[in-house]
Amino acid sequence: MEYLLQFYAIYGSVINFIGINALLALSLNVTLSAGMLSLGNAAFAAVGGYTAGILSVHFNLPYAASLAGGTCAAGLVGLVIGLPVLRLRGVFLAMATLAFGEVVRLAAVNLDITGGAEGLTGIPNVTTTWMIYLVLAGAAYFIAVLRRSRLGWGLVSMREDETAAASLGIPITYYKVVAFVIGAMLAGLAGGLYAHLNYLITPRDYSFFVAVDLLIYNIVGGTGVWYGPILGAAMLTALPEVLRGLGVTAGPIRMGINGLILLLVILFLPNGLASLFERRRSSAVRAEAE
Amino acid sequence: MNRLLVKNVSRNFGGVRALDDVSFVVEPGTIHGLIGPNGAGKTTLINILSGLLRPSAGSMKYKNHDLHRLAAHQMASIGIARTFQNIRLFPHMSCLENVQAGQHVTSRRSLLPRLFHLPSARREDRRLREQAMATLARVGLDDKAHYQSRNLSYGERRRLEIARALSLNPSLLLLDEPAAGMNPVETHEITELIGRLREEGGYTILVIEHDMHVVEGISDRVVALDHGVKIAEGSFDEVATDPRVVEAYLGTTGTERK
Repeated sequence: MEYLLQFYAIYGSVINFIGINALLALSLNVTLSAGMLSLGNAAFAAVGGYTAGILSVHFNLPYAASLAGGTCAAGLVGLVIGLPVLRLRGVFLAMATLAFGEVVRLAAVNLDITGGAEGLTGIPNVTTTWMIYLVLAGAAYFIAVLRRSRLGWGLVSMREDETAAASLGIPITYYKVVAFVIGAMLAGLAGGLYAHLNYLITPRDYSFFVAVDLLIYNIVGGTGVWYGPILGAAMLTALPEVLRGLGVTAGPIRMGINGLILLLVILFLPNGLASLFERRRSSAVRAEAE
Repeated sequence: MNRLLVKNVSRNFGGVRALDDVSFVVEPGTIHGLIGPNGAGKTTLINILSGLLRPSAGSMKYKNHDLHRLAAHQMASIGIARTFQNIRLFPHMSCLENVQAGQHVTSRRSLLPRLFHLPSARREDRRLREQAMATLARVGLDDKAHYQSRNLSYGERRRLEIARALSLNPSLLLLDEPAAGMNPVETHEITELIGRLREEGGYTILVIEHDMHVVEGISDRVVALDHGVKIAEGSFDEVATDPRVVEAYLGTTGTERK
């Protein structure tokens, strides 16, 4: 017990960040599961984080209200951005959402209410580890159930083949917007949790690099099942600490090792780390069928 | 009225007139063959009927719906299902899942009862699964339910696509070259399958096909297109002996045979 407490005292912040990054990775997973490559989820986290921060710093709203406000603001922005942008496919959608991310960053740097380049400070530090993991568990459960709903079947069908999906009666554009907004809301919630964990939120916190990291979490972990993005986020967030424990200091080496892991996963586990578990299950299904 | 009415439908692609003033009627419960040389506009017509393309002019009516005003995904809910010339299955799903994905308009699969693990959700899932298995059995693929669809043989993939179309409980089936590229055994199987669908009743079928033995075997009526124009309509024998159809397929020699 004493050992656990000591472990938490040293690594508590890493554990918290694993939870928040996993939540962000899950938020992107919703959009990816419909075949949409979005680089906007980091920006949605920024929208959620700033909104939550502003609501509690400037308007003195309670924690739950500021989190809900951040979530809804991100969802609303997702809806406004999604309606025109989701007509684009593939890399064009990625470019458009990337541009949206830059707009959010520049707005945060230049607005007064967001505290400019130094960021918004003095946000009450009330997020605790169990809250993060409670939200993460709830989100993971929601996504696992969503996959078995009508919307979930529709989203996966769209990713497989949009034309065929439309011929089965799946309303493509509507479902895309819904998936995009759900993803934006989850990202906004993660941003709110982050702002209340960290005292402050700055324009750098959810920049382009975070958007790419979220994609990498999904690729390394696997996009097919709910625990894939969580695995990816946990592994890559913990990696620098593990390396430090092994005597390798962070910096360029860390980026190199990140890249190496990504390369190995793409080469040998095209469906991500989750397929290590998935493979065993599908061979069991095959044995049952025979 | 459950007849399919196609009235003066035209479609231009830039300067190319792919369909030119095509009209015909498909009576309920019958199988209509759609024939014509490559580039005649057959697939364009099916794409228009299934909402993937809009007609440049003309109108289509089915079950009191103006088809030319509907989007592709709205066709399924009024009972129109289709297959594709270049098979469009969901490659990373099993056969069963492909058919289950086709149950979109016939299922509810609501989120809330699933979030709370209500028995109603479990009952619905079991019912949909059994229905999907029964649909697979109709095309003879129930023993391959758990195979990934991309691992099926060519003929099996064609039949799975028909099963997926059947799973949305359609009344009108648009089949785009169901026997294309098949060996004689597979062609025989697909002809039998379409024949069985006719016997079971309840289906109106419009089928594009190049294999004239298949067309002869299954069609109540045949429409022939050439360069976007309807050149003949009638029973198979009438159409097959129509001089304009023979000309479209074989060309003329310039001198008439005596």
